[in-house]
Amino acid sequence: MSNGVGKVEYVSYLEHKGKYTGIMSWLTTMDHKRISLMYMYGVMTFFFVGVVLGLTMKVEHLTPGETIMKAQTYNGVFTVHGIIMIFMVVIPGLSAVFGNFFLPILIGGKDVSFPKLNLFSWYLYITGSILAVVSQFMKAGPPDSGWTFYAPYSSSTGTSVIMATTAAFILGFSSILTGLNFIVTVHRMRAPGMKFFNMPLFPWSLYATAWIQLLATPVIGITLVMLIAERLFKIGFFDPALGGDPILFQHLFWIYSHPAVYVMILPAMGAITEIIPTFCQKKIYGYKAIALSSLAIAGVGFLVWGHHMYTSGMSENARWFFSLLTFIVAVPSAIKVFNWILTMYKGSIDLKPPFLYALSFIFLFIIGGTTGLLLGSVATNVQVHDTAFVVAHFHYIIFGGMGFAFFAAIHYWLPKMYGRMYNIKIANIAAVINFIGFNILYFPQFVIGMQGMPRRYYDYPAEFQPAQIFSSIGGFILAFGLVMMVWNLVKGARSGEKAPDNPWGGSTLEWTLPSPPSLENFDEAPVIKENPYDYK
Amino acid sequence: MSNKNAHAVEHSGTDYMLLGKILVLLMFFTFATITITELDFGTLTLTVALLIAGVKSYFVIAYFMHLKHEGLLLKILVISVFILYILIVLITLIDYYYR
Repeated sequence: MSNGVGKVEYVSYLEHKGKYTGIMSWLTTMDHKRISLMYMYGVMTFFFVGVVLGLTMKVEHLTPGETIMKAQTYNGVFTVHGIIMIFMVVIPGLSAVFGNFFLPILIGGKDVSFPKLNLFSWYLYITGSILAVVSQFMKAGPPDSGWTFYAPYSSSTGTSVIMATTAAFILGFSSILTGLNFIVTVHRMRAPGMKFFNMPLFPWSLYATAWIQLLATPVIGITLVMLIAERLFKIGFFDPALGGDPILFQHLFWIYSHPAVYVMILPAMGAITEIIPTFCQKKIYGYKAIALSSLAIAGVGFLVWGHHMYTSGMSENARWFFSLLTFIVAVPSAIKVFNWILTMYKGSIDLKPPFLYALSFIFLFIIGGTTGLLLGSVATNVQVHDTAFVVAHFHYIIFGGMGFAFFAAIHYWLPKMYGRMYNIKIANIAAVINFIGFNILYFPQFVIGMQGMPRRYYDYPAEFQPAQIFSSIGGFILAFGLVMMVWNLVKGARSGEKAPDNPWGGSTLEWTLPSPPSLENFDEAPVIKENPYDYK
Repeated sequence: MSNKNAHAVEHSGTDYMLLGKILVLLMFFTFATITITELDFGTLTLTVALLIAGVKSYFVIAYFMHLKHEGLLLKILVISVFILYILIVLITLIDYYYR
């Protein structure tokens, strides 16, 4: 393929002089790359707020009974931890950060289809995030319903649920508009010669994700509006005392929130799919199967929400039906894992930090996925529902999956984004510490969950204390690794060695551009003639 | 020919008379939606209301949003969305009918 670069004098997007300078040049930018960085600074900031809240929970669990906080404070902390991590970190994480930066570049475009809408989405994200944080400091007290806002408790508790749900509503709009933008971008902005089936696989995953964002998020939007109306006007949508149906809330909530899990994990899978062929210097195995499995996950993922509701009082027929569908959705996920492993087979493997994180992702995602099958089965689910087992499974999927894929992606693409390299040795050490810390933190939760430790309790019987202490130590090891990783990345981005245009030997379009790219990426639209993963 | 020009040519023959007729049809269906609330269809009341809303959606999407002039891929995508929403409603009803 031709790269379309070289005729116009090169000025990177970071040095480009527009109408404004300084902070205003960022706040008014419509460049997808700068908007991506603004998302990343927001996501990383809120991530560390969520980490601190998570650590306070681990400290609380060092001893049975009250250690550092009362029960109601603990309820507020786990709710805020969940809202921040889900709505402000994980959902926008890979899609808004790396999707914004690399989707247009990977398909050979100059920007997304609607740059103004893109900036507006970021403002919605920041507005929603600020509201969510402010809700924690309201006079009524932080919301204590958990991030799931289950009715009728959420429609009757005296805490600041309305502000938190309004925040989630606004964040949802940001997600819808980003999804809309990405769908149109993929349809309309692909370079000449780039058909759907020679598009790189990260854009494929973003495309599938965007459909979920566009179609599922309005459901949570209207559900939260119904919840607010229930609180304000006592309408009786969900409260049995008013003639409502609390299971209806759970249906509506999970019709969005289960597909939302795929909003979190699909772009993660896409990033991993870019990284593995690069560090194996080998063509991706099963390109079409991986591309179509993204669509299959997005499609079937819409129909499995009921496995969160086996103990809610849902009908027996619905339970076995949802169980069947849940097992079906495991198939396309497994297809991806098999293809990643087969890509590595006989590859020229280079154990650089992005690949270490990608390997960690596969290991942790397999544990999260297989324990998900236990939860998809009605018989085992009813035994471990609402226990620490679910907490462990969820974190293996979301943190071990999306989180480690985010770390893989930032280590992979940072040289392109900032034009500088980080310290590889420190990054490798941090990756190993993070992997060890993560497993020490979450694996014991599987064990005590099976033994009956409920989730969302600040207290527990004394026999769980050794596992809780072990888990808390893992939390601090992980936090240390995260600080080391971020310090190394920030130092690299600010003052690291200048990065070459293609430090890893990648074959996709971003590596044909200078590091960092210019404002409009390509001086001329590249002409695509080959498969994106052509390693000769 | 650029995409923009192709789009303009496609729509150069817009039949405003037809759009006017569809507008009248939509107003008729809106009136029908209000009217049926006065009639008792028993358990089918909601189904009838949704059917009318579905027909209205078709006319809006096909004519006012120009889906009739778009390629097969976009038509398949929009139809898939409707099938998905029907599936979601049907699956939810499995719970309600058997609870």
